[in-house]
Amino acid sequence: MLEIKNLHASVDGKEILKGVDLTVPAGEIHAIMGPNGSGKSTLSYVLAGRDGYEVTEGSVTFKGQDLLALSPDERAATGVFLAFQYPVEIPGVTGATFLRTAVNAVRRARAEDEWDGIGFVKAARAKLKELGMTDDVLKRAVNVGFSGGEKKRNEMLQMAMLEPSLAVLDETDSGLDIDALKIVAEGVNALRSPERSMLVITHYQRLLDYIVPDVVHVLADGRIIKTGDKNLAHRLEAEGYADVIGEAA
Amino acid sequence: MSATTETIEQVENLAGEGYKHGFVTDIEMDMAPKGLSEDVVRFISAKKNEPEWMLEWRLKAYRLWLTQEMPSWQKLDLPEINYQDSYYYAAPKSQADGPQSLDDVDPELLKTYEKLGIPLREQEFLAGVTNIAVDAVFDSVSVATTFKKKLNEAGVIFCPISEAIQEHPELVQKYLGTVVPYTDNFFATLNCAVFTDGSFVYIPPGVRCPMELSTYFRINALNTGQFERTLIIADEGSYVSYLEGCTAPMRDENQLHAAVVELVALGDAEIKYSTVQNWYPGDENGKGGIFNFVTKRGICKGDRSKISWTQVETGSAATWKYPSCILQGEDSVGEFYSIAITNNYQQADTGTKMIHRGKGSKSRIISKGISAGKAHNTYRGLVRVTPKADKARNYTQCDSLLIGDRCGAHTFPYIESLNRTARVEHEATTSKISEDQLFYCQSRGIGDEEAVALIVNGFCREVLQQLPMEFAVEAQKLVGISLEGSVG
Repeated sequence: MLEIKNLHASVDGKEILKGVDLTVPAGEIHAIMGPNGSGKSTLSYVLAGRDGYEVTEGSVTFKGQDLLALSPDERAATGVFLAFQYPVEIPGVTGATFLRTAVNAVRRARAEDEWDGIGFVKAARAKLKELGMTDDVLKRAVNVGFSGGEKKRNEMLQMAMLEPSLAVLDETDSGLDIDALKIVAEGVNALRSPERSMLVITHYQRLLDYIVPDVVHVLADGRIIKTGDKNLAHRLEAEGYADVIGEAA
Repeated sequence: MSATTETIEQVENLAGEGYKHGFVTDIEMDMAPKGLSEDVVRFISAKKNEPEWMLEWRLKAYRLWLTQEMPSWQKLDLPEINYQDSYYYAAPKSQADGPQSLDDVDPELLKTYEKLGIPLREQEFLAGVTNIAVDAVFDSVSVATTFKKKLNEAGVIFCPISEAIQEHPELVQKYLGTVVPYTDNFFATLNCAVFTDGSFVYIPPGVRCPMELSTYFRINALNTGQFERTLIIADEGSYVSYLEGCTAPMRDENQLHAAVVELVALGDAEIKYSTVQNWYPGDENGKGGIFNFVTKRGICKGDRSKISWTQVETGSAATWKYPSCILQGEDSVGEFYSIAITNNYQQADTGTKMIHRGKGSKSRIISKGISAGKAHNTYRGLVRVTPKADKARNYTQCDSLLIGDRCGAHTFPYIESLNRTARVEHEATTSKISEDQLFYCQSRGIGDEEAVALIVNGFCREVLQQLPMEFAVEAQKLVGISLEGSVG
């Protein structure tokens, strides 16, 4: 599904990713853990194609295509979804308008029929139900005045509507209390499927109690220095990053 | 290069191509001699077969105009305008006697309006869901007015103003020039002298106009100015919603449009006036386009009367326009909702005046200015509370959005309060479309141009909501198209 080879990336001329190698097969959930400043968010932005994140070396292949050659919206159409650490407010644009514009843009790019108003509302209601959300989120302006938990759940709704084959969750747990965290994790688990891969980026192990990963990677100083199963996350929690990083070095 | 910069450039590159109404209709025209003189004023009046009082009024205005100078306080950089270089009357020959019915309208003209998306055949309306009567003004004359019969049954008069001068002279004489006198300003005075057509509306007491009324203005002929005059009177306790749309062909020369609109709302009456202005804005280098110098004013004459202006200004090379309300009646209400979009080299100096004279009068101003390319967008507004207007209230909100770093947004609010019990509020913001917002939309599959349109439409939402349904959809698309050449 996703194959990252020797990926180097810079921001403002400073190298942040220094040779990341990572393969995520279809249907698997991989966690990327690492201390602050290790390059976790940079990796997610590079995958989504954010401007200002310059790839200097290496390759990213997604479903057999060169992902790096595509614009952010083309990547979304191919099936990449980034759940933001800090979802952005768009004043005056209702959730319904935003979602319908997004879904139809993606459907158009995939040469599928666009949804009319009724088709869209039906589909959105079904997803809201699955996620245990009310349609309030469709009427309000996107993320404006949302609590941290509401913002993250809104990301889950967008993910459910866009049906990506690769979801990158960037510190989805940040700013959430434990109840909100559980709700978001349920949302993610509801979207698990054999066709969908996920890359869960997090600083803390606690999210992984609710979203159980198949593989855990440790990112430090722009490289993946260790890979293991879910027990690696527990070890990091117990022993701290310093020990694990020191051991790998 | 950042994504935003790229988007802005793409959007800018599209300018000109984005204007969908730039075609020319090939039709034989009856023109006045080029230039402006007393003879031309007499020519126009004679063409319209006007009574003596009308001609006298025009001549008074013309003589005054000769002594006036073009205002210079606006923040518009304009070339010298040669008023002798224009035609002041241009009418399709086939319409020489005026249309008797829709069957008489030149098929070429019907085709033009069809192409513009304005169906003039009533059966086309009946087939759809639209419920709008249209007066179509082509250069200097009205070529068709639909649904006259249905409106007549309700007692509503909706006709070209030239017809109203013939058929309802008592109403025209009573109200014409009472809100915008012929002495008002340079462009209004010019309009009084040479206005050729426009719409006239009278809603009798207690009548709620059964359908939306609309006038569609089209400039077609080369080197021709359009000077239309609209007069709307809502008698006691009546209601009317009126829409106005405008387009013009793409030409290298600037063309002048100097209209006057007067609204009169008597006691408990309400007038809702909406404009979607999409005159040709000129090309991406600032060549050509319409100079839109318009005087629009309404008077809330009676107690509890209300006038609401909503405008979406996306076209024109230069716009000079301040739809205003004189709030004379007690507890009368004035509203102004505006979206002004400028791109490339477009310039807009627009806003409103709210003159509070009546006790307890209220006004609300919501202005959204969007500037892209090398455009300049100015909000200029006056809120004046006279000594007698006890407990008058005003709320003003002016938001500016900048796209790119070569455009400008300017705000000139004037507040004059001469009454201690008045309350006047003013809020203003200036913002830019952020990279974060653009990237967020793009990461959801929305292309950069569509993202900009989405964000700008969100920025304008409060104003778009004020438009009647059919117009709101149109206006949203227009925001997108004018931002193709700019942002949205």
